[in-house]
Amino acid sequence: MNKVVKNVEEALVGIEDGMTLMLGGFGLCGIPENSIAQLVKMGTKNLTCISNNAGVDDFGLGLLLQQKQIKKMISSYVGENAEFERQMLSGELEVDLIPQGSLAERCRAGGAGIPAFFTPAGYGTEVAEGKEVRIFNGKPHILESALTADFAIVKAWKGDTEGNLVFKATARNFNPMMAMAGKITIAEVEELVPAGELDPNFIHTPGIFVQRIFKGEKFEKRIEQRTVRQK
Amino acid sequence: MALDKIGIAKRIAQELRDGWYVNLGIGIPTLVANYIPEGIEVEFQSENGVLGMGAFPFEGEEDADLINAGKQTITVREGAAFFDSAMSFAMIRGQHVQLTVLGAMEVSQNGDIANWKIPGKMVKGMGGAMDLVASAENIIVAMMHSNKAGESKILKECTLPLTGVGCVKKVVTELAVMEIKDNKFHLIERAPGVTVEEIISKTEGDLVVPDFVPEMVL
Repeated sequence: MNKVVKNVEEALVGIEDGMTLMLGGFGLCGIPENSIAQLVKMGTKNLTCISNNAGVDDFGLGLLLQQKQIKKMISSYVGENAEFERQMLSGELEVDLIPQGSLAERCRAGGAGIPAFFTPAGYGTEVAEGKEVRIFNGKPHILESALTADFAIVKAWKGDTEGNLVFKATARNFNPMMAMAGKITIAEVEELVPAGELDPNFIHTPGIFVQRIFKGEKFEKRIEQRTVRQK
Repeated sequence: MALDKIGIAKRIAQELRDGWYVNLGIGIPTLVANYIPEGIEVEFQSENGVLGMGAFPFEGEEDADLINAGKQTITVREGAAFFDSAMSFAMIRGQHVQLTVLGAMEVSQNGDIANWKIPGKMVKGMGGAMDLVASAENIIVAMMHSNKAGESKILKECTLPLTGVGCVKKVVTELAVMEIKDNKFHLIERAPGVTVEEIISKTEGDLVVPDFVPEMVL
C-alpha cells in the first residue's frame, strides 16, 4: 500500500484548530522539524500538543509556542524553554506534566488498545491526585489512562513507500509509540526508499501504523548540548 | 574540606558493582561514569533510549541523533543497544536496572525526594525521575547538604512537591555519606577534614551518629 505523499503541505492536510497532536522527539533529537515548520506556516491554533519536551525558544515546538499556537502541552520535561515557562507561569498555556515513562506507556497503550494501566510512578506525588490507587505485590500503583491523538507526527531516519520506518540511534525515543497512537500518523523521513529495500528483519515501526510518509526537505538537526572531549 | 562535585561523583562511583546496569541522572550523577573502579564492568542506561553509553565524542564527531537524557552528545561502547522510550522505562520499572543515581533539591529522613518543581518559580517537569525513583531498588542521591541560603536540604520532611516517597536509600553530599533507614539518616562517612559537628549542624533531619565516623577514602 503506497503511503507516499508529495511534500509536507500534502502531509499535513486536515490538521485543524483545536486538534490534539503527538509529536515525536526527545529534546531536539528526532523531532519532525519539517512538519513543525509547516504548522507554523499554517498558523493552526489552539492545539493540544503531546510531546516529551517543548523544544527550545527558537527551534522545535518552541516555534509554535512563540506564535501562541499551542493551548495545552502534555510533556514530561520542559526546562529548556524560557517562553514556555513564561506562558505557563502566567497561565496562558495549560500544562500537564507527566512522568516520562508514564507518557511513553500512555502513548503505547493508546496505540495498543489498552485503555489504562497501573504504574508505581508518581504514587504519593501531585501526579497521583484524583487517580485510583491499588496495591499490587504489596506496593501502591496509580491508574493512568491511554493517550491518542488526531494526528501523530513522527520523524524517522529511513522509511519505505509502505510506511515502514527505521530510526537512528537515540532519535527513536517517543516516535514508535506515537506512531501507534495517532488516528492519522504522518512520518517525515530523511531517506525514502522503494518497498523491498529495507530489511523486514530490522523494521522498527511497521507500516500499518503510518498513513502518510514523505521525505523531509531539509533537516537542520540542531544539537542542544554539544559536549565533546579533546583528541 | 568539603568535597567538590567531582569528589561526590568519585565517592558514589565506589558504590558501583560488577555487572550492574546503572542509570545516571543529569548533573553530578553524570560525572560518576568517569570514575568507575578498576576491575569492574558496568553498563550505563540512559532513559532516552540507549544502553552502553560511552564517553563524549571527539570534537567534530558529534551526532545530533546520539544524545543522553541530558541532551548531551555522547558515543556508545561496543555492544550498545538503542530502543524506544516505552522499552526504556520497561527496563526501569521492571527493575532490570540495578542502580539509579540522581540529584535532589530536598531529601527527607523517610526517604522522600523532591527534585522537580518549586511552586510559582521553577517548573521544569519530572522527566523520568518519578518512574526511576518509584521502581529502582537502589537509589543514591547526589546533592549539596544545604541550599544557597545555607538552609539544610537534609530534612525531617520535604517542603517541595515530592518526586517519590520512601525510596531513597543513600545520600552523598559534599560533607557526608548517609544511609536512610528506620525513618532516620545514619551518618556513615564524613568528607576528608569535615567534622561530625559540622554535619550535625547542617542536617535538619534526625541524624544517627555512631561513636566513630570514618573519613571517606577517595
